[in-house]
Parts: sequence; structure tokens; C-alpha cells
Amino acid sequence: MLYAILCYNDEDTVFAWSTEEEQATMERLLAVQAPLAEAGKLGPVARLMPTTAATTLRKGKNEPLVIDGPFAETKEQLLGFYVIDFETLDEAIEFSKKLAVANPGVGSYEIRPLHVFRPGTIAT
Amino acid sequence: MTDIAWIDIALTNARPQVVGALLRYFRNLDIAEEAFQEACLRALKTWPDKGPPRDPVAWLIFVGRNSAIDAVRKQAKTQALPDEEAISDTGDAESDLAERLDGSNYRDDILRLLFICCHPDLPATQQIALALRVVSGLSVAQIARAFLVSDSAMEQRITRAKARVAAAGVPFETPGAVERAERVALVSAMIYLIFNEGYSAGGPGREAAAFADEAIRLGRLLLRIFPTEPEIMGLLALMMLQQSRNAARFDASGQIVLLEDQDRSLWSHTLIDEALALLDKAIRHRLPGPYQLQAAIAALHSRAKQAEDTDWAEIDLLYQTLERLHPSPVVTLNRAVAVAKLEGPEVALALVESLAEQLDSYFYFHGLRGGLLMQLHRAREARSAFDRAIALARSPAEAEHIRHQLDRLSTMAPAIAK
Repeated sequence: MLYAILCYNDEDTVFAWSTEEEQATMERLLAVQAPLAEAGKLGPVARLMPTTAATTLRKGKNEPLVIDGPFAETKEQLLGFYVIDFETLDEAIEFSKKLAVANPGVGSYEIRPLHVFRPGTIAT
Repeated sequence: MTDIAWIDIALTNARPQVVGALLRYFRNLDIAEEAFQEACLRALKTWPDKGPPRDPVAWLIFVGRNSAIDAVRKQAKTQALPDEEAISDTGDAESDLAERLDGSNYRDDILRLLFICCHPDLPATQQIALALRVVSGLSVAQIARAFLVSDSAMEQRITRAKARVAAAGVPFETPGAVERAERVALVSAMIYLIFNEGYSAGGPGREAAAFADEAIRLGRLLLRIFPTEPEIMGLLALMMLQQSRNAARFDASGQIVLLEDQDRSLWSHTLIDEALALLDKAIRHRLPGPYQLQAAIAALHSRAKQAEDTDWAEIDLLYQTLERLHPSPVVTLNRAVAVAKLEGPEVALALVESLAEQLDSYFYFHGLRGGLLMQLHRAREARSAFDRAIALARSPAEAEHIRHQLDRLSTMAPAIAK
């Protein structure tokens, strides 16, 4: 079984870390990941940019709505995610619109730029 | 990271919102600040044992408000209590308070706090000092060291700024849409001032350098309360793109390294990536403004793998747009750099000379003019331009950079170095 681990924290605090705090934290995280990476069980590891960099596409009755910021309704839960290399935000929004059309019901798609730390070694 | 370090960052982050809310209750900046201090002391005592509360901001407002009410009651004979309306719910549980911290209050509290720091009656240096003290919570000693003045001089400067703000009256009504837009523009300008204080006057080992990071933090805060403002996205992107080059701006001996000579592998790609994402978001609004345009120019430098790849034609176009939108001799001066690359130093020099009157006391004007004259082998004029630049340098690194140019001038062929 593959598991996704979704990391939650207070972004105000995380983005206020000093360079030293940031480095120390990264070293500790990499040390935790290392055994899994060596065993070929570590998939992609990404770090999301802050919510201020996010855009949300929400399914509307007719046209989907594009909103700045991470405004998924709290009654919605995170059910999956994609990692795709787009040239521009416009392309990402176009793709999300197709997802919105293909998916039944309501729902939102948060488009959040990220930094990839490790491309991962897992193959399924 | 230790728990205490974590709490310290959390308290700094909560500060604008908590001091803003306490200012709304007590309508007095000094009381609000003292109440926040008191709440922080209690947090440092209780959070390490009990863990942080579910909503640290609500906790701090609640504790700060109660402690200030106690303090005000003690002096009640000489000072009137705040309006009962504003403070009547002192018995509330923390959860009730948290629920009432709705988005619009939070936004206006922070905006008001930022806004009083950039009051138009205050000169720029006082705006920066007041914002760093009240919004960021830096100590007077820290701010004094960065501005290279004594603690007591800085204390006086801040006290005077506070008195001026108090005399002018803090607006407590909810601002209308137009007024809010004006406030946001003023606050953006103040944040950029703080950034520049850190970035320009900073440099290796200078205390002021930390202001640049602080300005970016405040920019993120402002964007979080106004997530759909393209100019705030532009401002934040601009600051990040400039700051991304920080590690490459000075060499090991503290000398300035020009953009075209910088080791681009030292640039922070974490900052660049986030800035480019923000700029992309901003541009979709189709509401260009000065910050977005400047960020777009900075982005073109960031996108160039090496200096030779820089798209100077596009940079020239963006500067021309900026000149139309926001005419300023400094913008034209900056465009001259692109013009020099595209059309040669002679055309650029003509453009620069046209700004002589307006920019006579501007370091970069004489620095750039000297550089162009040097390229044209007009050594004597170049020397006098560089002499003028040194006299106007704001940091030892700037002066040293010009001295270096003068050395280059001396080593040029004696035949032309007249």
C-alpha cells in the first residue's frame, strides 16, 4: 500500500525561520528520510510554497471561478494531488478546469507552486 | 529548534494582530504595547508546560486585554476607563473570543496598525523606526544599531513619532473601499522603504541587513490579508527577487559585485521561484502597477542563466511602461542601463545627462555617469563624476566600489586618461 503523508504546520512560523533554523530543520528531516530512500521506498518529496502563492479554481454552476489564495471550503477534504510541470499559471488553470469538468459534484482545486526536494525512487 | 525559539517566532507573528486588536480596545498605542508585552510574558511562562493554545492570537488578545484593564483600573483615579462597550465581555472564554475574530476585524486591525506607522506627518526614517518597533517588535537598541545612532536618540525618535501619531488621532472607523486602497498603497510604500533600508544601506555585517527579511515577512502578512491585490503580489515578488541575490552581492572582502559579475549559482532559487509564481499570479489580473513592473524587470534578470542572456530589449520596454505609469528621474536613470546595452554608452549618456539637475545629489546618478564616461574613454570627466559619487556614498561598500572604478580608470592607457 502506498501512503501519502501530508504535512501541516503554521506557515507564518515556518516562513519566519532564520536561515540557520531552516537548515537545521532540513538536516533533521533528511536524516529521517534517508533509510527509506536507501531502501527505494521513498516517493517524491515536495515542499509547498506559502498559501499567498496559491490560486484556487472552484467549480461553479456554469464557469469555474478562479480565486487568489487557498480557499477550499472547510467541508471539503484533501482527496488527492497531482504534481505537474506547467510553464505558466494559465496552463495550470486550464488543466484544473478539465479536471473540474471530468469530476462529478462540487469541489475545488488549489494550485500551489512547490519546490521538489527529491524526485523519489519508488516505482509502481 | 527549541520550544522557546518556536514560541518567540509565534509571538512575533501574532504581534501585529494582537497589538492591532488591543489598540482597537484601548485606543492608545502605549497601553496596547504594554498589554502585549504582559501577555507575552505569561505565554513564555505557561506555553512551555501546557503547549501552545489552540488559537495563540485569541489567547494573547484575551490575556493582554485583561492585564491592561487591571492596570488601567489601578490608575482609574487619574485616567478614564475605556468605553464599557468595547471591553464589556471580559468574562468570555477563549473560544468565544476566537470565534468573534472574524476576517474583516482582523484585516482592519492590522491595516490600522500598519497605517499609523506610515502617517504622512512622519518623515521616512520615523516611519521605518516606528513600524520596526510597533509592528515588528524589534527593541529600540536593535533599531538604533541599524541606523547607527545611540539608543537614547532612537528612543527619542520613536517617542516623538508616537506623540505625533497620537496628536493626529488614529482613525478607528472602518475605512471605505477608496480609503482602504489608499492605506494599502501607503503601507506598501512603507514596507518597501524598510526593505530598501535593509537592502541598500545593508551589506555584509550590517545590522540593517535583517530589515530586508523583515520587510518580506510584512509583505507576506499584507498579502495574506489582501490576497487578491496584484500590486502587493508585485511588491512581495520584487523584494524577493532583489533579496534572492543577497549572497552574491558582495565578495569575500565585502566589495560590491555588480549584477553582471555576480555568481548566479549563489542566488536563492527558493526565493526566485516563489517570486516568479507570485508575479505570474499578479499579471493575470491585468492591472499593471509600478511594483509589478519593477518585479517583472527583476524577473528578467533572474531568468537569465548568465549576464549575456539578459533580455535588455524587454527590460527597456518595461522601463518605458514604468516611465509612463510612474514618471521619475530614477526610473529613467535605470532605463539608461538598458539603453547602454542596446544602443551603446553614447546614447545612454545623453539620456543620463538630461537628468543632471534632478539627480545631482544621487549616488547612482554619478556612479552610472562615471561608468558611461569611462566606457567612452572620457577619463577626466569620468574621474570627476566618480569623485562626486564617493562624496554621496551611503555605505563604506559603495564608496569602496567607486574607488575601485577610479583605480580602473588610472590603469587605462595614459594616452586617453587625460
